[in-house]
Order: sequence, then structure tokens, then C-alpha cells
Amino acid sequence: MEQIWGNIELLIDYPMVNLQIILDGLMIGSVFALAAYGLALVWGVMNVKNLAQGEFVIGGGYVAWYLTGLGAHPLLGVPAAFVTMALLGGAVHGTVIQRNVAANARAAGALAVIAGVCFVVGLYLAQTGPGQEPDTLGLVLKIGGATALFALFVAAGGTYGLIISRVIERDLFTSLLATFGLAIMMAQIMNLLFGSDTQNIKLPYETVQLLEGDPIGVGAPMGKLIGVILAAILAIGVVFFMRSTRMGQAIRATAQDARAARVLGINTEKVYAFTFSLNSAICGAAGAIIVMVWVIQPFFGITHSIRAFVIVTAAGLGNLPGVIGAGLGLGALEQYGSHVFGIGYQQAIAVLLLLFVLAIRLAVQRRKRQVLK
Amino acid sequence: MKYLVYAALLAIAIAAPFLFPDYRTSLAALWILIIVALTWDMTGGQMGYNSLGNIFFYGTGMYVAAVICIALVYDVGEYTNAFSGEEQTFTSEQYFTGMLVGCLGAGVFCALSALVIGFLTFGLRGPYFAIGTLGVAIAAGELVSNWEWIGGGQGIALPVYPGDFEAGKDFFYFLFLVTGVALILLLGWLYRTRFGLAINAIRDDEEKAEGMGIKTLSIKLFTWSIAAFFVGIAGGISAFQLIHFEPLETAYQTINLGIFMVVCVLLGGKGTLWGPVIGAILFHLFKEVTWNYFLGWQWVALGALIVVTVVFFQQGLLGWLMDKKPEWFGIRVESREAAK
Repeated sequence: MEQIWGNIELLIDYPMVNLQIILDGLMIGSVFALAAYGLALVWGVMNVKNLAQGEFVIGGGYVAWYLTGLGAHPLLGVPAAFVTMALLGGAVHGTVIQRNVAANARAAGALAVIAGVCFVVGLYLAQTGPGQEPDTLGLVLKIGGATALFALFVAAGGTYGLIISRVIERDLFTSLLATFGLAIMMAQIMNLLFGSDTQNIKLPYETVQLLEGDPIGVGAPMGKLIGVILAAILAIGVVFFMRSTRMGQAIRATAQDARAARVLGINTEKVYAFTFSLNSAICGAAGAIIVMVWVIQPFFGITHSIRAFVIVTAAGLGNLPGVIGAGLGLGALEQYGSHVFGIGYQQAIAVLLLLFVLAIRLAVQRRKRQVLK
Repeated sequence: MKYLVYAALLAIAIAAPFLFPDYRTSLAALWILIIVALTWDMTGGQMGYNSLGNIFFYGTGMYVAAVICIALVYDVGEYTNAFSGEEQTFTSEQYFTGMLVGCLGAGVFCALSALVIGFLTFGLRGPYFAIGTLGVAIAAGELVSNWEWIGGGQGIALPVYPGDFEAGKDFFYFLFLVTGVALILLLGWLYRTRFGLAINAIRDDEEKAEGMGIKTLSIKLFTWSIAAFFVGIAGGISAFQLIHFEPLETAYQTINLGIFMVVCVLLGGKGTLWGPVIGAILFHLFKEVTWNYFLGWQWVALGALIVVTVVFFQQGLLGWLMDKKPEWFGIRVESREAAK
């Protein structure tokens, strides 16, 4: 208790610390907003409440981390994760998302065969590669790992196609529980592939000192600034896409009224498939940013999912400025909370904020509710 | 005939620990699953409120039972802070009094907290209720693991069973058995009464039920607090059975037991009395097999099981049987078509 008061006093005595906390919070929050926007998209368009959102984020983070381990430049991770998740998600959804069991099974079977062939070829290449060099084992591990990663995402995407196509427009608990099961599965697969250590990418940049000469000093790590800029570019790109392209318009039309959209000649199956892969791509890119500015771990996904739910519940569906505002606010609040109460409470704060938002929502609805008494 | 079957089932349940003495701990775990699945079905299957946070009552039951048992003899803060060298013994009288008072206290405390949480969350519908209750459970786990007075992240170590170690296993098995049988009897009676009809009416159409004069909020609260009472008692007993427990993995085990109970109910068939029991038995078999033979991959198998059950087989075993063989359940089906 005394420690908490001490922390609060510190905030009052040194206003600069506040600035630092808010800055850190906004930088983290901009990435939260991205994943939340993906959730709002899938929720609004397909009525699927994706509890595996956080696992997508972590998955994207691991793609970037793995590529950096292979020697790629850290910043390449973001587009790589975006493209990987989008391509795989898109390809899989294009072929698999149909409400036709036989076609689903055929496509899933074909993908499984492709993944298997990739894996075997990868192993073969690794073994017949630069033969007797001392690094053979490392090479086997790398190529095997890369193909396994590829197979994992193909398999995960295939499962998604199989499952998600079945839970669209079903009752709400079904999609929630199905994606929860998927989240457990993905988290464990990542744990088996990459181990349970926390990972991050060290960026080769220095911290920019704002307000030099001040005894406390406010620092903005260059890596985090780059993360914010990437998040902003991504957000602007998505907004531009939704506003101006034909597909974006089709997505918005489907969200408004799927039946009317179908009557007007929009292929809603395609829209659903596209929306889902767009979501997974956004999440993947967000994860690639998070791995640079923070840490990832296979089981951190659930907290990211909860953060996305907090933001979307607070901001509402289809309200992009609201989502961004709520994301930044959540980031700042979480940083404040963990400063005042200690770092051990960080997860608890994210969850308590969810309860707080739900309570407010409930109070607002109670006021609107009209019943005879 | 019906009572003969029930008597046979009870006889099997009583004889089981003597027939398979090596599996007593596993059989006790099966009873925990049956209890939590039945109580989850009270709100999830019968009332249509899918809670993902019933594990909150399990964890809270554990902690309340342990704290009461310790507080009867020692100062709780000192007990949890003590270094391992210090001697902290319980006489067997203190142990059993602590257990009885602790488990009952845990049940009552959980029932009361269900009233409070229910009052705050029962206005939420559908996915918001599920996510809200999940949030309650996760938040409770995180807060408890930061609360040093009750052991923080280290958890609490309770005294061991004072008698013979092997006799202790039988003792805990029969405690769970008594709780479980009491719960089945209570629910079998409750689902036949007007109260049972009322909670089914809430599931089918809450607004209409309210329009018909059913006091929906108090019925929902009452149902959930009965469920919480039994889960709390089960949690209390398992605190004494496990001896040592810690907050995140054992007490508030959101993704373990918290999700297992839902899977059990879905496997067996929700909204039926015996569905959760059958589902719990099936799931327990699945769990024992995968946890023993696919170590490392068991979570992947579990996730796959959840997905397959939810997406393709949501009616569950009993629901499927009712659909195929309605005459087995005394449902008469007219072969003629209804009025056009």
C-alpha cells in the first residue's frame, strides 16, 4: 500500500515521468488498436467473435522473429508477416471457404499434401545441401523449421477455413468457443515449435532524447517510434482500402446487410474469405511490430485477445477513430496501472478494464431499457 | 426398473475405488469433472447463459476453505509467510473441523459472490456474458497471485491428511462422491419443479418469460448461486486433497478445468440431467489417454476436440440419441404430419 502511494507521489512530484508513461502507453496502444480493428472487422462483417485474435498476433510475431533469426533485416519482418499471413490466409480461404463439406475436405486434403511435400523436400534439401560442413545440423533445423512453419500456417489456415465457414452466422457462443479451442491449439503448437521463452528482436537504433537537460529526461526509443509509424501506415492503408476500393465497398455493404448485398450481386462468400485473411494479415503485422517493441511468448495471446475485446467493446463496431482512441487510451492506462501497482498487475489491469467497460455498457443499456414496472 | 439402474450405478460408484485402487486419484478427478459439468449445465444448458468463468468459484472455494482452516488455528499472514523450517502442525481434530467448516464456508462464500457477480453481469447477453465472466475468472487469478497475505504466486500449503495415506485417498474419493450424488439428486428434483420450467423458459425466450410474470433476475441469481455453492465445496475439498496449490495453474485454471467443464457438457449433451455426467466420463477417458500417451501434444488434441465438438457435434451424445431414438426417452413422435 505504501509502495502504491509512493509511486503516486513520484508521479505528482516529477511531471516528466507522466509524459514518459503516456508516451510509452501511446506507442504500445497504437499496436493494440491494429489488432482490435481486425477484430471489429471480422465481428462486424461475419459476426464471428474471434478469441484466437491474440494467437494470430503472436503468430505474426514469430514469423518476424524467425526471419530475423535467419538473417533478415528486422524491419522486413513487418511486411513479411503481413504478406505471409495474408497470402496463406487468402489462398486457403479462397480455396477452402465454401459451405460445401466435400469441397472443404478436398481442399484441406490438397493443402495437407502440399504441406507434406514441402516438408519432405525441405528435409531432403537440407540433407543433400552443403554436405560435410560443420553447420549441417543447424541447416537441417533451419530448413526443417521453415517448412514446418509453412506447414503450420497452411494447416492453421485450412482449419480456419473449415471451421470459420461453419460458424459464420451461427449462434454467438459457437464462434466464441470454437475460436477459443483454436486459440488453445495454436498457442500450444507455437510452444512446441519455438519453446516457451519470451522472445524479442533487438533493433539497432538508439533512443531519441526529448527535452535534453532535464534531470529525468523523456526518451523515445527509436524502435518504438518506428513501430508507431508502421502501425499508422498500416491503419491508413486499411482505411484507404475500405473507403476506395471495390472490395472494400463490398465488405462494407456485406457488413450492413449480407442478404441485400447478395441480391445486388456481391459474392459474399468471397467477401467473408477476404475479410478473414485481411484480419489475419493485420494481426500478423501487429505481431511483427510487437516483437520489435515488446516481447512475445506462445501463451501471451489470450491477453492480446482480451485487449482487442476491451477496445472493440468500448469503441463499438465500425468506428475506426473510436478504435484508435480506445487503443491508445488502453495502452496509456495499462502503463499507468503497471507503474502504480507494479508490473505483476499488468495482465490484471487489462482484464479489469474489460470488466469496467462491460459495466459501463450495462449501465448505459439499463438506462435505455424500457419495461413496465 | 429405473431405480434398479440408479442403484446399480451408485453401487458401481461406491465399489470403484476398491476395484481399481491404483486409479483412486483419477476417479476423484472424474467426480470433480462431473460436479463442475453438472453445475455449468444449470446455467449454460438449462438457462442459456454460457459462462466461461465458473472456474472462479472453484478457485475461490479452494482459497476460502484453506484460509478458514488455517485461521481457526494460526494467523493467516504469519502462516503463509513462514519459512519451511518452522513447525506448523495441526492435530487431527483441528484438521477435520477446519475441513468441514472450511468447505461449507467456501460453498456459502461462493454462493454469495455468485449473487454479487450475477447481479453485475446477468444484464449482459450472449458473448458479452461469456467474455465478462471469463474476465472475472482471469482477473481473480491475477489479483490473488499478487496478494501476499494468502501466499501470492506461491500459493498455500495445507496440512496433510492426518491418518493413513492410502485411507486418505478413499476419504477424499467418498467426499467427492457424496457431494456429486447430492448434486445429482438435487438437480433431478429441481428440474421437475416449476423452478426448472422457469429456467428453461428463460433459455427459450427471456423477454417472453419476463412478460409471463417470471422474475427472471432473481431466478437467474438463485440458479447461479446453487451452482456456485457446489463448485465452491468441490474446490474446497480438492484444496485439502492437493495439499499444496497455487493461484494460476491450480486454483483459477481458466484454460484447464474452466474450459473442460464446457467441453464435458457439450460432449454429453447440454440441457439434460445425465448428459454432463456421460460427457464428463467420456472427456475424462479422452484426457487420461492423451495426457499419458501424447505428452506435449495433449493441448493440441484438446483444442481439436473442442473445435470438432462445437462445430460439428454440438447437440452432444444424448442430444443426438434423442434425435435418432426419441422413443428411448419416452418422447412420442406422431407419424402423421402436423396441420398444414
